[in-house]
Amino acid sequence: MSQEGLRDLLVDDALTSRDAPDSVPIRRRPRPRFGRAAILIIAAAYFILPVYAALDFSLQNLQGHFSLQPLTQIASQPGFGAAVGLSFKLSVVTLVIELLLMVPTVIYVHLRLPRFRRVMEIITILPIVIPPIVLILGVLQAAKPFQWLSASPYLLALVYVILAMPFVYRSLDSGLGALDLKTLVEASRSLGAGWIATMWRVLIPNLRTALISASVLTLALVFGEYTMASLDLWTTVPVWIVNSSTNNPHIQVAVSMIFLIAMWLVLTIIVSLDRSHRRGKGQLS
Amino acid sequence: MTTNEVLDPSQTEVALETKNAGAPVSLEGLTRVYGATRALNEFSLRVEPGEFVALLGPSGCGKTTALRMVAGFDRPDAGRILVDGTDVSRIPSQRRDMGMVFQSYSLFPNLTARDNVSFGLRLRRQRRAPRRQRALELLELVGLAEHATKYPHQLSGGQQQRVALARALAIEPRVLLLDEPLSALDAKVRAELRDQIRALQQRLDITTLFVTHDQEEALSMADRVCVMSRGRVEQVASPAELYAHPSTAFVAEFVGVSSRVPVTRRADEVELFGRSVAIRGLAPNLEAGPIDALLRPEDVNVRADEQGAGVVQHRSFLGAATRLEVGFADVVVKTDVRSSEADNFELGTCVSLEVGAYDVLVTPRRVPERIVP
Repeated sequence: MSQEGLRDLLVDDALTSRDAPDSVPIRRRPRPRFGRAAILIIAAAYFILPVYAALDFSLQNLQGHFSLQPLTQIASQPGFGAAVGLSFKLSVVTLVIELLLMVPTVIYVHLRLPRFRRVMEIITILPIVIPPIVLILGVLQAAKPFQWLSASPYLLALVYVILAMPFVYRSLDSGLGALDLKTLVEASRSLGAGWIATMWRVLIPNLRTALISASVLTLALVFGEYTMASLDLWTTVPVWIVNSSTNNPHIQVAVSMIFLIAMWLVLTIIVSLDRSHRRGKGQLS
Repeated sequence: MTTNEVLDPSQTEVALETKNAGAPVSLEGLTRVYGATRALNEFSLRVEPGEFVALLGPSGCGKTTALRMVAGFDRPDAGRILVDGTDVSRIPSQRRDMGMVFQSYSLFPNLTARDNVSFGLRLRRQRRAPRRQRALELLELVGLAEHATKYPHQLSGGQQQRVALARALAIEPRVLLLDEPLSALDAKVRAELRDQIRALQQRLDITTLFVTHDQEEALSMADRVCVMSRGRVEQVASPAELYAHPSTAFVAEFVGVSSRVPVTRRADEVELFGRSVAIRGLAPNLEAGPIDALLRPEDVNVRADEQGAGVVQHRSFLGAATRLEVGFADVVVKTDVRSSEADNFELGTCVSLEVGAYDVLVTPRRVPERIVP
């Protein structure tokens, strides 16, 4: 192999001019800027185009002209308020149960059973692997002996707790992974804090970002889930959108858009509040 | 850390009292077994009121396990821990009133330095104003009053450990526990903080247990040093006693520098470099079999000698002194000379050695070797 050929093989992106001897000319591989931009545009189009199309559709009347009529008529649609109320109640109950269940569990696993983390990862991924139809049929069968539960919409909240588990576990797991958990807990206890005080004053404030992330993901899941609610015969927002008896499809799409934008707004507000809180502590520049 | 932040507790005006200062601590027959490993094996130690005792030993010797048991983070399988005469073995850590400084930075990231220090006082339902006042006093004591409103990530490692020390002292602990608090710091900060901790401990007269694997730290800070090996106490003594009169070969080799030299025994003496030297503290297990002498560098005198049997094999500059490693066939003896005289001992120089000490410590031979003439 010629000297030049050998040099071409050796010189790659990892070799910077500082690393290389002065006498060796470095031929930088051109950065694939065009490729990156193309991928970014395609990905953005993949997400933005359907949203744009839906937004455009939701701002048209039945004749296809621009109109705010679909938005103004939403509130007066039969069953819409009840569906929003039910989804909201389910999301609150799901979130409370989820956090009460998962926060102590994940902390305990990190602290006392670190070897069990692999098992936890597998367990928490099961709701994604098991088809929703199988899951809800199993839940309905299991709940049959408990009449009060199977007749209650809050059975759905229990199902949503399971469905949200993969997202919540991963948020908390990465949040705890960033802390020196054992030392913080021992420091807190040596200063006189019991478990509740340690959780409330030390761990939860330091898991703030992870908890926000887990909460937003849970809310999004509850407001977007259709299959379980539909099979359990409860009219949540997604079920209402599909089953709505209105003759105006623009209204149904407008409802979807409102919830999509509302979720974005909630997410943006929470993230902004978190960032300003951290900036106040000097954690962000 | 800047110079003006260096603490001199003796000159600070802060009035601090510790209501529980001077509590005696007794560890009696502590045993802890993890699977097949016996981390502590009937470990016993008494720490006098206001005393500073260092637990020194290699990794895995059980020193941290012992400290964690005193703190209440681990429970003994057997034995008990007495603080001021009360058995605290079954009392949960949060009710033991022990202040602890950890090896890793343990400040709560969501709290300022002041709030970290007042954390324990808040749990004790102390009112806000006196709590803040106390926290500021303690921060002043460790030379960080001007950093009271900073968060842990805005402080250097040394500053964080000083806040952690203030936090541990804020609750007026009965015992102060230090788990290698200096090991994550650079050498200069470590030396400064070492002096500060010792000065504070003496001023507050607080009983202190200090875990370290660094013999320099242990010898320079502690009233007494407890050398540990395989979950047991090897020797508990003052630093000077430990260095000058190690009771076992392990202590002699772990604390300070020792050369192991095979020798022949004649009654209560050994033949070493052509002269007879008394055996220090005869041990019963030396009745028979080959033995080695353990020599400190300062126990050995060296002089250049063309007819000498030793050859300078290695030199290390230590500042005022230069350490020579002199080879006698397959035995290496370490000795120190003044650096100003080190030019007389170039590598390859033939030298002769003689023992300057009155007596030497001997121990059963580790591996059979050739006898030094």
